[in-house]
Amino acid sequence: MSRNGPLALAFHALFLTFILAPLLVVIGVSFTGEGYLALPLNGLSLRWWRAIGDNPRFLESFWFSLRLGVTAATLSALIAVPAALAIARWRFPGRGALVAILASPLMIPHVVLGVALLRFFSGFGLSGSFAGLVTAHVIVITPYMLRLVGAGLSGLDPRIERAAESLGASRLTVFRRVTLPLIAPGVAGGWILAFVTSFDELTVSLFLASPSANPLPVQLFNYIDQMTDPLVASVSAALILGTALVLLVLDRFYPIDRLLTGERRA
Amino acid sequence: MNGRSNLTPALLAAPSLVVYAGALLLPLGGVLLLSLHGFDFEKGILPGWGLENYRDLLTDSLFAESLLRTLRIALWTTAICLLVGVPEAWIIYRMAPRWRGAMLLIVVGPLLVSVVVRNFGWMVLLGTTGLVNQVLTILGVPGAPFRLMFTELAVVIGLVHVMVPLVVLSVWASLGRLDPVLERAAFSLGASRLTVFRRVVLPNVMPGIMAGALMVFCLSASAFATPAMLGGKRLKVVSSMTYNEFLNTLNWPLGAALATLLMVAILTATLIWTRFVETRAMRRLGEVAEGGKGGSRA
Repeated sequence: MSRNGPLALAFHALFLTFILAPLLVVIGVSFTGEGYLALPLNGLSLRWWRAIGDNPRFLESFWFSLRLGVTAATLSALIAVPAALAIARWRFPGRGALVAILASPLMIPHVVLGVALLRFFSGFGLSGSFAGLVTAHVIVITPYMLRLVGAGLSGLDPRIERAAESLGASRLTVFRRVTLPLIAPGVAGGWILAFVTSFDELTVSLFLASPSANPLPVQLFNYIDQMTDPLVASVSAALILGTALVLLVLDRFYPIDRLLTGERRA
Repeated sequence: MNGRSNLTPALLAAPSLVVYAGALLLPLGGVLLLSLHGFDFEKGILPGWGLENYRDLLTDSLFAESLLRTLRIALWTTAICLLVGVPEAWIIYRMAPRWRGAMLLIVVGPLLVSVVVRNFGWMVLLGTTGLVNQVLTILGVPGAPFRLMFTELAVVIGLVHVMVPLVVLSVWASLGRLDPVLERAAFSLGASRLTVFRRVVLPNVMPGIMAGALMVFCLSASAFATPAMLGGKRLKVVSSMTYNEFLNTLNWPLGAALATLLMVAILTATLIWTRFVETRAMRRLGEVAEGGKGGSRA
């Protein structure tokens, strides 16, 4: 029972085609048996899906990105949760500046962040290392983390915390037994968004990667720069299908618009 | 409000501030300083200070060309994203609830897929023998197949694909705050669908549109991956020039000057835009106060 007219639905269909076309075409072309990117397909083949297993560099980069994302998102949560608490629960001089500074990485072009960290880290020998990439990613993803944790905190009635305090709970107990369980969905949402952002991050990583510390997007970007064979398609298709699966599971618990804006679905 | 100790918020904010100071403010300051040094291909970074890099860039026709291209691409991308994204958010908003969630998932989900993967999809679609050209040839479009890859058009298409979900999301969030009663009231007073959209919905979601526009403009003006993959090596934008100076030519001071100019340009655009939006909002509020209209949204 849609309230949209036929024109609106036609527009919507075109829009969906535009959004899905590049993703579906990648999945389609990954099943070619030819040695080049051929469409339409003449016959289905798993040749290039098997090739993923024969190419350890993509698998190594996948595990590297996974480790990088988990480490960066966890560290980001550790600094963002206290900061979000300070912002939500206290009025203090410089609070506005704190909010602006913590959100500032969103406004800094990633190329600029990349060159700044390359220059800075090369002075300490951190460029091209896991630690360097983790630090860079923490900066990139913390604004997202703060937004979701902040949204969780703003939906929380401070009287609950005060009730616990008046019943004699210490501050740490209040945080551990009352605040944390109540903001856990926000922290979890922030962690997931931060992880995905880190897992997909290309530009900053390009400046800081090295053959021994090579995240998947960087590996893929550099590979495409050299050649575009159907192996790129099968790796990309695996990423698309993986993301879709995560998204479908996630949507059951955490609607995507809430994940990305911090707000509840209308 | 919970002022038992003034030190608590400082302690809570300290870890994040330490990380930001060490891994953001210091490195950004370093870029600024680096851009003031000279460079020699034999001797490397020179110890002297000066504004030569900026002078060289501002008098370089290649830089002027890249800067114009960057702006052109960002403006086209922003315009198309608004033109397409705003109605799409409105259409999804008007769907039956059981469709809404699924549609939103399809439209916004690609945001979680790596930009490299999405650009690669466009590379496959836009090639000379790609699907788009095959369809155009079958349809008998004169001049097909076209050279689509490595053009500004390809970059804009790729960027719109990356950015338009952000506009949908931004407008969607403000639609969520829209009171459905307003719409029904307008309908019952005899307004047409288009009038309701133009006079009731649009003004109410304006903050979301403005925020989305700014985000898309800044992100497209500083985008690196899409111009590099779909524009090729010849169509340089400011960020790919910066990348080039740092990782290929290795003239770091010049690259640092480019990075500084890019950041100053983006921050200036943000400030001007925010100021513009604020004056607009103030004027609207003024009208409301004078005419006593629109006071129902308490």
